[in-house]
Amino acid sequence: MSRGDIRFGLLALPALTVFAAFWLLPMARLVAVGASGPRGVAAYAAIVTDANYFASLVSTVVLSVAVTFATLIVSGIAGMFLQRNEFFGRNVLVSLLTFPLAFPGVVVGFMVIMLAGRQGLIGTVTDALFGIKLVFAYSIAGLFLGYLYFSIPRVILTVMAAVEKLDRALEEAARSLGANPWQVLRDVVLPGLRPALISAGAICFATSMGAFGTAFTLATNINVLPITIYTEFTNYANFSIAAALSLVLGVITWAALAFARTLAGSTVAAAA
Amino acid sequence: MMTRASPGMKRRGPGPRFVAQLLFTVLVCAFLVVPVVLSVLAGLSENFFVGVRSGLTLRWVGQVWSMYRDSIFLSLGIAIACLAVTLVLGVPIAYVLARRPSRATRLFEELLVLPVAVPGLATALALILFYGEWRGFRASWTFILVGHVLFTLPFMARSVLAVMAAIDLATLEEAAASLGAGFAARFFGVIVPNARYGILAGALMVVTLSVGEFNITWMLHTPLTKTIPVGLADSYASMRLEIGSAYTIVFFLMIIPLLIGMQWLSRERTSSMAKRHGG
Repeated sequence: MSRGDIRFGLLALPALTVFAAFWLLPMARLVAVGASGPRGVAAYAAIVTDANYFASLVSTVVLSVAVTFATLIVSGIAGMFLQRNEFFGRNVLVSLLTFPLAFPGVVVGFMVIMLAGRQGLIGTVTDALFGIKLVFAYSIAGLFLGYLYFSIPRVILTVMAAVEKLDRALEEAARSLGANPWQVLRDVVLPGLRPALISAGAICFATSMGAFGTAFTLATNINVLPITIYTEFTNYANFSIAAALSLVLGVITWAALAFARTLAGSTVAAAA
Repeated sequence: MMTRASPGMKRRGPGPRFVAQLLFTVLVCAFLVVPVVLSVLAGLSENFFVGVRSGLTLRWVGQVWSMYRDSIFLSLGIAIACLAVTLVLGVPIAYVLARRPSRATRLFEELLVLPVAVPGLATALALILFYGEWRGFRASWTFILVGHVLFTLPFMARSVLAVMAAIDLATLEEAAASLGAGFAARFFGVIVPNARYGILAGALMVVTLSVGEFNITWMLHTPLTKTIPVGLADSYASMRLEIGSAYTIVFFLMIIPLLIGMQWLSRERTSSMAKRHGG
C-alpha cells in the first residue's frame, strides 16, 4: 500500500464507520427481527399472504400509480409550457412552483386540510354555491391531492430540464414535412422526453409508496403501507411484522429509484 | 406546439393554445400556492372561520412561540450539528470518490444513498431496535441527529462530488505539491476552495432537509426531543386551526431564506462557470 492509498483510506474512514455503525448494523438487525416473530421467515411473504397487509399493499400501489400518471400529465403540460415560452411573470411562476419542494409531508397534509378540510376553501365555496359542504381531505381523494401536491414541483423541474435539451431542429423538420402540432408532439417531442418522463415517474411512484407524513397528518381511514407499518409497531408492538413490511417496502422503493437512476443519473429522495 | 415566434418568423399575438396552456399552468400554480396563502391568513386572523374581517393578530404566533419555542431551538441546533457532521464526513468522502473511482468506491456511493432510497420508517425502526436499549442515547437529541446525518449525508457528498468531478483535481494538486504544499495545505488551500460551490449548495440542502425531516424524526423523538415538524404534526392534530397555521408560518419563515440562498447559488454557479469557459 502506498502512502496515497493509506491517506485515501483514512479520509474515507469516518464516513465508513458512521455508516456501518448506524445504518448497516441496525439494518442487519432489522432483517433478523423481521424473521424472528411467530411467522418466522414467512413474515416476509405476509405482505401477499395476509389479507389485511395485501389490501394495504394494493391500495398503496393503486394510489401511487394514479398519482404518478396524473403528475406526469399535469407537470408535462406545465413544464413544457414554462420552458418553451418567455412571458411576463414566467420566473415568478417557476419560483412559486418550486417553493413547495422543501415542505415536509406533514405540511403537505395541512395544505390539503386548508383546501379540502372541514374549514377548507373547497367546502366553503361549495357551501356558498350549492349549500353542500364538500369535505374530502380525510378520504383517499385527500391523499391523492396531497401526493399530487408534493410530486408536481419535482416533476415539473425534471420536465423543464429535459425539454431544454430537446433538439428543436427535429420539430422544425417535422413541421416542414407537414406534421400538425399534435403529430409533432406525439411523434417527436414525447419520444424525446420519454427517458426523463419514465425516470421522473419512477421517482414519483417511489416517493408516493413511502410517503408517511402526509397520510399521518390526514389520519385517513385508508391504510397505506407506511401507516400500516407504523400502527403495527406502535399500537400492537408487532416488531417482526413491522420490520418485515418496512423492508419489503424499502426494496420496492429502492428498486423503483434504481430503475430511475439507470435512465437519468441523479440523487433522489423518497422523503414526503 | 410552438407559440413563441421563432427567428425569421413574423411575431403574432398569443394564440388560443398559448392562452389555454398559460391558464392551465396558472391553475397548477394556484393549487400549490393558494393553501399556503390560506394558512398564512389563518395564522394571522383572529378567527379563521369568520375570515380576515375578524381582524388580524399576532396572538397565535405568540402562542406558538410560548408553546413550541423549544422545538424551534432544538431543530436549529440539530440542523447546525447535522451540517457540521456532514461536512466532516461528506467532504473527505466526496474527495475520495472523485480521486479514486473504483468498483469499491462506487459501491460505497450506492450504499450511502440507501437511507434516502428506503422509507425513513425502515431506517428509524432499525435504529430503535438496535440502539433502543441504550437509554441515555435513545432519549437524547443525538439520537435524532444520527437519523438526520444518515438522511442528509448523500446530498452533501453528491453535491461536493459533482463539483469535484468537473475540475481537474489531480493537476491542481500536483501544481500545489510541486510548490511544496503538504497534504493538509493542499486539502484546505486548494481542494476545499475549488469545491466551495458544491460545499455551499450541499450545506443549504442539508440544513433545509434537516429542518423539515419528519419520517425518521417522528419515530425517534421523545416528549422532550420534539423538532419543528414533530411539533407541527402535534399542533395539526390537537390545536385549533389558527395555531397550526401560525406554526406553519414560523416554518415557512425558516425555510424561505434557505430556498432563496439555493436559487441565488445556482445562478451564481452558472454565471461563474460561464465566465471560466469564456462564455
